[in-house]
Amino acid sequence: MEGEIIAYADLGKFIGAGLAAIGSGAAAIGVGHVAGNFLAGALRNPSAAAAQTATLFIGIAFAEALGIFSFLVALLLMFAV
Amino acid sequence: MADVVAIGEEHAAGGLNIHPMDQFIIYPLFGDGGVGMFTVTNATLWMAIIVLCVVLLLITGMRGRNVVPSRAQSIAELAYGFVYKMIEDVSGKEGLRYFPYIMTLFMFITLANFLALIPASFSVTAHIAVTAVLALAVFVTVTVLGFVKNGASFLGLFWVSSAPLVLRPILAVIELISYFVRPVSHSIRLAGNIMAGHAVLKVFAGFAGALGLFAFIPVLAITAIYALEVLVAFIQAYVFTILTCVYLKDALHPHH
Repeated sequence: MEGEIIAYADLGKFIGAGLAAIGSGAAAIGVGHVAGNFLAGALRNPSAAAAQTATLFIGIAFAEALGIFSFLVALLLMFAV
Repeated sequence: MADVVAIGEEHAAGGLNIHPMDQFIIYPLFGDGGVGMFTVTNATLWMAIIVLCVVLLLITGMRGRNVVPSRAQSIAELAYGFVYKMIEDVSGKEGLRYFPYIMTLFMFITLANFLALIPASFSVTAHIAVTAVLALAVFVTVTVLGFVKNGASFLGLFWVSSAPLVLRPILAVIELISYFVRPVSHSIRLAGNIMAGHAVLKVFAGFAGALGLFAFIPVLAITAIYALEVLVAFIQAYVFTILTCVYLKDALHPHH
């Protein structure tokens, strides 16, 4: 009985880690959106593009941060809980 | 970390098995006691190597002060100019007073990320403990600086004066939360990226061990991912530094 409960807890951990990994995919969509829109704008006005690369990286960093959070949740579930 | 060690030993018993998280284990360099506050560990060793490399590059590299720079001098000049221009662009002229701190951060993180890519080395920045100290130092510095420079009007950072009056209290709460999440995301972004990259390399290395004759497929994939990791190592150092500049700008000019 007790072993069964522990096995179910492990099962829940792995399912939770897999679900948390979906967040990485969502972050990938966000980063692609930022980069794609930057490219679309940069091709319309290439002379203004160079000044905006810093903004591009800040935008990517913010979009990516939440994906990293979900990755961290997955890692915590796998190794720490 | 104790769990990771246990899992590693479990796997090691079954022949060639690479556990992706084993590379981040911190162990004491001398003796085999526990890791305490002042134990000299592999992390300590690699941080010392990083600082040594920064000193070698920036001090001995610039010793010649040649008009036509040597290779080391041109790298040092490139790094200096890069950080200088970044601060000037993002935080403005007043931000340049804090150039030494931001340059130190940039050189340390860049060198840490690049040296971590040497096979069998240790990735210092993959540990949240390390990046959290860096990010908390930035957070505390910037907050104290904001209050010293602007006094109570630093709180104007949370009072979005361009929004309608009804929305401002709600926005103030959101701004306050996002302000205090800054050190969390600032540190986890760097540590998470480096940790994930190195773990992926080891996962593919495990595939190579398992596939036998077809091992060349994951080896090719590792080569490609390694190239990506070289890029990520620089971009993450750049992002950490530029976010420091953004936070510095908020401290110097808190009004929306």
